[in-house]
Amino acid sequence: MSAPVELPKWADVVVIPLLNITLAFVISGLVVLMIGEDPIGATKLMITGSLGSLNGLGYTLYYATSFMFTGLAVAVAFKAGLFNIGGEGQAYFAGLGAALVGLNLGFLPAFIVVPLAIAASLLFGALWALIPAYLQAKRGSHIVITTIMFNSLATALMSYLLVNVLRKTGSMDPSTQIFAASSFIPRMKDVLGYFGFAAPETPLNLSLFLALITAFLVWVLIWRTRLGYEIRTVGANPHAAVYGGVSPARITILTMLISGALCGGLAVNALLGEAHRVQLDYTAGFGFVGIAVALMGRAHPLGIVLASILFGMLYQGGAELAFDKPKITRDMIMVIQGLVVLFGGALEGLFRKPLADFLNRIGMSG
Amino acid sequence: MIDAVPATDLRPPAIELTGIDKKFGAVHANKNVNLSVSAGSIHGIVGENGAGKSTLMSILYGFYEADGGKIRVKGEVVRIRSSREAISHGIGMVHQHFMLVEPLSVLDNVMLGAEGGSLLSKGAQATRKLLAKLGQDYGLDVDPDAIVGDLGVGLQQRVEILKALVRGAEILILDEPTAVLTPSEATHLFNMLRVLKSQGKTVILITHKLREIMDVTDQVSVMRRGEMVAHFTTAETSTSALADAMVGRKVLLRVEKGESHPGEVLLEARNLVVDDDFGVTRVHDVSFSVHAGEIVGVAGVAGNGQSELLEALAGIRPIKSGGLLVNGVEIRTAERNPKAMRAHSVVHVPEDRHKMGLVMAFEADESAILGFQDDRTFGKGLLLEPKAMISDLAAKMEAYDIRPRAPRLKTANFSGGNQQKIVLAREIEHTPKVLLVGQPTRGVDIGAIEFIHKKLIALRDAGKAILLVSVELDEISALSDRIIVMCGGEITGERRPENTNPQDLGMLMAGVKEVAA
Amino acid sequence: MEWFDSVVFVLASGIRLGVPLLCACLAGLWSERSGVVDIGLEGKMLGSAFAAASAATYSGNAWVGMLAGVLVAVAMSLVHGFSAIDQRGNQIVSGTAINMAAVGLTALLGNAWFGQGGRTPALEGAARFSPIELPGVAIMDNVPFLGPIYHHLISGYESITYIAFLCVPLTWFVLYKTRFGLRLRAVGENPAAVDTAGISVRKLRYQAVLICGVLAGLSGTYLSVAQAAGFLPQMSAGKGFIALAALVFAKWRPWHALSTCLLFGFLDAVAIRLQGVSVPGIGQIPVQAVQSLPYLLTVVLLAGFIGSAIPPAASGIAYVKER
Repeated sequence: MSAPVELPKWADVVVIPLLNITLAFVISGLVVLMIGEDPIGATKLMITGSLGSLNGLGYTLYYATSFMFTGLAVAVAFKAGLFNIGGEGQAYFAGLGAALVGLNLGFLPAFIVVPLAIAASLLFGALWALIPAYLQAKRGSHIVITTIMFNSLATALMSYLLVNVLRKTGSMDPSTQIFAASSFIPRMKDVLGYFGFAAPETPLNLSLFLALITAFLVWVLIWRTRLGYEIRTVGANPHAAVYGGVSPARITILTMLISGALCGGLAVNALLGEAHRVQLDYTAGFGFVGIAVALMGRAHPLGIVLASILFGMLYQGGAELAFDKPKITRDMIMVIQGLVVLFGGALEGLFRKPLADFLNRIGMSG
Repeated sequence: MIDAVPATDLRPPAIELTGIDKKFGAVHANKNVNLSVSAGSIHGIVGENGAGKSTLMSILYGFYEADGGKIRVKGEVVRIRSSREAISHGIGMVHQHFMLVEPLSVLDNVMLGAEGGSLLSKGAQATRKLLAKLGQDYGLDVDPDAIVGDLGVGLQQRVEILKALVRGAEILILDEPTAVLTPSEATHLFNMLRVLKSQGKTVILITHKLREIMDVTDQVSVMRRGEMVAHFTTAETSTSALADAMVGRKVLLRVEKGESHPGEVLLEARNLVVDDDFGVTRVHDVSFSVHAGEIVGVAGVAGNGQSELLEALAGIRPIKSGGLLVNGVEIRTAERNPKAMRAHSVVHVPEDRHKMGLVMAFEADESAILGFQDDRTFGKGLLLEPKAMISDLAAKMEAYDIRPRAPRLKTANFSGGNQQKIVLAREIEHTPKVLLVGQPTRGVDIGAIEFIHKKLIALRDAGKAILLVSVELDEISALSDRIIVMCGGEITGERRPENTNPQDLGMLMAGVKEVAA
Repeated sequence: MEWFDSVVFVLASGIRLGVPLLCACLAGLWSERSGVVDIGLEGKMLGSAFAAASAATYSGNAWVGMLAGVLVAVAMSLVHGFSAIDQRGNQIVSGTAINMAAVGLTALLGNAWFGQGGRTPALEGAARFSPIELPGVAIMDNVPFLGPIYHHLISGYESITYIAFLCVPLTWFVLYKTRFGLRLRAVGENPAAVDTAGISVRKLRYQAVLICGVLAGLSGTYLSVAQAAGFLPQMSAGKGFIALAALVFAKWRPWHALSTCLLFGFLDAVAIRLQGVSVPGIGQIPVQAVQSLPYLLTVVLLAGFIGSAIPPAASGIAYVKER
């Protein structure tokens, strides 16, 4: 995430992501043309489908909540110079934590069970990141490869558990029993209804606020705490970190644990808030979306919240679009996502220099 | 041992550089340099770090193109725009940091770029024969099938030389070749160079070790601050004349300095042995002590163990053997880390503020707490208080005249001098007992230099113990109460500034050790 | 003799499952040996599988399919290469991006062009690589033990499979016996040494990345035009990552890559074979346990417990001339 070319802050935080998404859209638009559809019309449909109705908005924010958690997870790891590609596996394993509480401790009152279930999700998410973190810190094993392996291991483990151990009795469907009602996180519809507002039935639940609070807490952690200072130092300059009395190994492990725990937030939103049971591959690639969101949001919580909403719009808008124009399936969003990751994370240089030159020429350099 | 003057070679000069000029931004690395290297001679180029020797040779080997001037090889004007072109003109280079592929064999390394065909087998046979012949002719024996990574440094260097010879180098440039060799390996190297010369090859030897120059070269040129300042025929000069030309007669920076009143020993090093990251021993059995109210300067050309010594004292680099005492207290192994050293009131101004001393990407106020982030001043409990950090730096900025007075400005945007002041302010304001200071005025403007020097003297007068490592002889001479000189990881001598002069120090720096009385 | 037939069958199955891994593994080998990390193998496999199946469908010819598969994989390689070599971008990120884009594009185009939920129509006849019977099968069949081995383990593969196997000695030869291979191995360890020898680091790395594309294209083509009879959504199913694991396990060496990929393929075949079967003393071995083995082994290897896995020294580091 280092910027070798100097740009004024506003250009860095606003213009570059805008250029990024615009270029991604333009290229995707070409693909849409290729399959014989109208990209402008498609874009309009996406916008109305995601923001044009309360129903759409609800779904958009629901997806955004998931992306905020996984995006924050990737961002925190980035700050320490680590690429956590294992979000899928960490979130998947976190589901086990949620299930263990939701299926066994349901007899306790909700105000105990819900926090416990959340804590269990975060804990299990962190646990799945522990071994790769330790191996990188103490044995130098490349965290990217180990986390990729652990993604696949999570798939295997959870698949085994869901089919053989946790499967709802009498069902062919590899998913758990429904969790006890005391573990449910209230739907936004119900909360709003309590205050007299009518709202459509959507998966949007109070996890949204949890996510926003988490984003704030991540900001505090990274930029206001001593630990955050140490994390940023290790990420920016490991030599300076050693000089400053910080142990890169210790920070690597701590950061990955935090990152894994944040991925557990996906279990909170999708399982405790919506599905109330663990289904096969429930993570649905949202761990990877976190990478796109983190890159687009420049690894800053505010940027991530905004990027999450944007991607929420893409996912919900994409669903509506696929409904109206069956040829443009939801896979279109994956294409946009891939392009965002490419331009935001690897081909940054393509934008930065021309933009810097342009700004210089019109006399607006920082 | 100096060779008898050889019969004059009637060929045109192997290399002739006229008016070579090269700037890197504001740095004028080579100023109108002239150099003439006779064919079939061993020509030394000597100078301190930053004198411009490496840049000049890089131009000759095609890494850079000069901004101005001409290069003549064997009398013909040539343009050298790449290593490939340099090689084609018969110029070969043995870099200070070897350009070897460690997992591959000697044969593979030598063939790389000169394979002699798309299938290796043919070229391999021919190369083996050539290696055997070169081994015989020049004493450059190496096992072609040995893996380079397994070889000792001396043998690795032989492979580098062979690489150049196999490509038909007539002119061989060696950049600080003995930096990594033991004395006996160095002797062997020089014998090889003499054999090469006897076969008509030309050798350019870049070094700062004056005794080597006297030992093996025919001619020597001296560079200083980007300029070629002197040429000598080796037989007609001496190490002292060379040292003189190398360090120059400069006006010593005037620093108002009273008498020092050294108190008790605050820092003591006993028989320190320190290795570098590759397991090579860089500090050999070094012992010294620094008293309260005293500045001890460590002089020496960069790369002679001072960096490793400083890092070991600061707790960044492990000490292989030997003892370290602060204020009379032995520093145990568990305490040999930066945090514990700071707890013992030892602070460290590192040699490289970019690499270690500051985080360039951080705001200045954030860099200004590096190493002290756990201090209560900067926030209670888990949280850091930006206001406290900013006001703390603002106060320091006033006290140290750091410009601009913008604590939130990115560290990278401050000038070198101001960056260094930030580091100093940070370390000093924690009222240490011992200061370890490395290259405090590197890349710093005159005004800041003066300030920093005054500050160090003031600290001395306040009773601190200061260990000052610097490659700037002026600085050492101006500030130190005692000077110890390092060369090759050992202390070659100790002096009081009033009892020495640049030439004397230059000799010690160049490895001419004191003869025990 | 039933167990013997079972063994032969499982072995042959293992070989078939190992072939796409092998091609992808070799692809990764070429790229990483030159210093360019490629975690986009999965995306390349998927993309080329789709392209091959589509082209085979339209043209009715499997070889045309192969050509399309290779071209698409090469195109993706060039994007990755441009990003990594010229733009000095983060290589993990561009690999991830390629994986994402491939998943999206193949599903989208598959659905738009063929309408069967993302599948391509079943390939028949010349549009598919079919098993070849080597000469002498009929005669060998009468020989006990050797007969079935010849019939099922040596003969009976598609032409693309034999090509894939040929790539191993070919890779070994080029990598260790030619000038190009020497330079490539050097550039992955110490690009500065190659640069100072007057050789273009950039050109070498692009060449490596191109070869990677060709082999990855072969792998994807095999999946959709030989192993299966058409493209299925997500058909690469993580094989690109297993190939990555195999590459680490094989310590970036061609013959080791062969044995590792065959091993992983064999494990896969055993997993399928043992589904539902009770093993005495243990009961049913969960299929997921066997499926996890390649990943577990790789992690153990990376942790340094069974020897060390040291990648090429310059792996993943963009080359900037030291000044």
